[in-house]
Amino acid sequence: MAREITQKRKIVNTLVAWTIGFLIFFPILWTVLTSFKTEAQAISDPPVFLFFDWTLENYAIVQERSDYARFLWNSVIIAVGSTVLGTIISVPAAWSMAFVPSKKTKDILLWMLSTKMLPAVGVLYPIYLIFIELGLLDTKVGLVAVMTLINLPIIVWMLYTYFREIPGEILEAARMDGATLRDEIIHVLTPMAIPGIASTVLLNIILAWNEAFWTLNLTAAKAAPLTAFIASYSSPEGLFYAKLSAASTMAIAPILILGWFSQKQLVRGLTFGAVK
Amino acid sequence: MPLKKALCAATALTLASAGAAFAETTITIATVNNGDMIRMQGLAEDFTAKHPDIKLEWVTLEENVLRQRVTQDVAAKGGQFDVMTIGTYEVPIWGKQGWLVSLNDLPESWDAGDLLPAIRNGLTIDGELYAAPFYGESSMVMYRTDLMKKAGLDMPEAPTWDFIKQAAAAMTDKGNEVYGICLRGKAGWGENMAFLTAMANSFGARWFDEDWKAQFNTPQWSDTINFYMDLMNNYGPPGASTNGFNENLSLFQQGKCGMWIDATVAASFVTNANDSTVADKVGFALAPDKGLGKRGNWLWAWSLAIPAGTDAEDAAKEFIAWATSKEYTALVASKEGWANVPPGTRTSLYENPEYAKVPFAAMTLGSINSADPTNPTVDPVPYTGVQFVAIPEFAGIATQVGQEISAALAGQQSVEEALEKAQALTVDEMEAAGY
Repeated sequence: MAREITQKRKIVNTLVAWTIGFLIFFPILWTVLTSFKTEAQAISDPPVFLFFDWTLENYAIVQERSDYARFLWNSVIIAVGSTVLGTIISVPAAWSMAFVPSKKTKDILLWMLSTKMLPAVGVLYPIYLIFIELGLLDTKVGLVAVMTLINLPIIVWMLYTYFREIPGEILEAARMDGATLRDEIIHVLTPMAIPGIASTVLLNIILAWNEAFWTLNLTAAKAAPLTAFIASYSSPEGLFYAKLSAASTMAIAPILILGWFSQKQLVRGLTFGAVK
Repeated sequence: MPLKKALCAATALTLASAGAAFAETTITIATVNNGDMIRMQGLAEDFTAKHPDIKLEWVTLEENVLRQRVTQDVAAKGGQFDVMTIGTYEVPIWGKQGWLVSLNDLPESWDAGDLLPAIRNGLTIDGELYAAPFYGESSMVMYRTDLMKKAGLDMPEAPTWDFIKQAAAAMTDKGNEVYGICLRGKAGWGENMAFLTAMANSFGARWFDEDWKAQFNTPQWSDTINFYMDLMNNYGPPGASTNGFNENLSLFQQGKCGMWIDATVAASFVTNANDSTVADKVGFALAPDKGLGKRGNWLWAWSLAIPAGTDAEDAAKEFIAWATSKEYTALVASKEGWANVPPGTRTSLYENPEYAKVPFAAMTLGSINSADPTNPTVDPVPYTGVQFVAIPEFAGIATQVGQEISAALAGQQSVEEALEKAQALTVDEMEAAGY
């Protein structure tokens, strides 16, 4: 018998959910609002919330000062490139771990995850020197490679958990029908795991988009993505909060829109297999 | 024969563009995000018009990110930048390491003799100028003339610390959110320790004696920090242990500080009527002293330098000679007015009667001239640098010391505990570094 949910309880739950949602979203909202203020309004105390003279001046200044399109293009290439490459490598890897595990599979999975436990700065110098040797500093190719390697453990782990939900018998049936390994992965496994793969891809695009350690340290002028664009508007001596907010809004807008449109897919993927 | 024609045209075009690409040199300039540097980017067309064969690429970063980025690049010889914006702290260290190209051969017309001696000395090692100053700054007292008058006091041009305390007490009106004095409290070698090291100089304290022995256990340091705590706890704004330049600027602009001792560059912000509610009520004075012959002001210059090993050295020199020239100053003045000219680098600027009309010009020059990086303290020291010690270990040590003092300001420990820890950690770090 389903539990009875009273109207009152429904209203309270909805209110609580909206309040929590609003609190989580508030910093982004505040950034967007600040981007429409003057520098003086941005720091005024008490802070002004909605009733101020809205201005587009900061966006105009940011547009004039920086080549936004170039930063955006670099971000797109790095985020999408590394995710696609990572997924191509991870699908077969996760397949083997999910369907033909060996004794060491668990260890390998843990070992892969352990690479995420080391602070990134610990390997900055070795990677920087390798990049100098290979001529990869300030190139998109270099960054795609690094971002792929960084996100690989997460992609493999996520895909592995999704693949485990798929009954091995289905793949067996395909094999009995004469499917080769390639057919099995591309035509049977992948379509079934699409929600999981989609949410993995989306999450990784977001992670790669927001990554601000390697993208700042390994780039200069040519391959710098939007994280470097934001960093150019921060300053310890001088007030740039409104312009910084405008730059941040411009940097997060594309990924926010992508997230907005794909939220159904994302939620479906993240809860994939949660209910048995 | 249209195909043949088209092929010929395409070949000619390719050759032409290849020729152009061959002649063009691109220099990558790493710079900080501040008003003067952004203005320079905007005016760079003047340079490229005169040097059509040189293309400029800009990498603008927040100061601390930039410092880490360029240090890493110059140390590993990454070759990412041809011109770097670096501070007075880095120049002597990097120059000694052989990481920078000497600028002694900049053209005669650039006029090295015109540079302010205090600034030039800080950028010269063994007779070699390793960086060209773009703008220089010191620190000074900014105060509210109306509040000072209301308190019945008159700010002298060169106040003492005792007067500052008296004035802070008289101006404080916590009920109306007016605090007598705002000072840096946020931890960091370039944050609270820049202020406190300069302040300590005027109290007769020093970081190290002539044998490189740490001095935090001396009465001079105890006096400095106790005086600072007294000021901040009684007359400072709440939560001061997280206040840096920007936080104090914001408080001052909103009329919540009676006095603020900080970088001279702040003068143009607090007197800007668009952002500041007290723009017409600000006075300036030299940083305070204790009657010991040293004032509590620092000296800093953002300078342009060329990393050794760049393959565009000549073009980089051309650019630096343009950006730090007298002509550039005149260009800024003609386009944006004298108040926006990068200050604090050249004698000729301060001899210019037009520039003398800028309200903070004289005080900035006075402050810069009263700081001597080669002789910063009352007692002799083995190091150069006013608000820093020009050794590579300093940034790390001073940031830790800054954290201890910031913790004391936040009430988490006593001044004595903070200084004891500062002494212990400095001794350890210096021993580990082989001093």
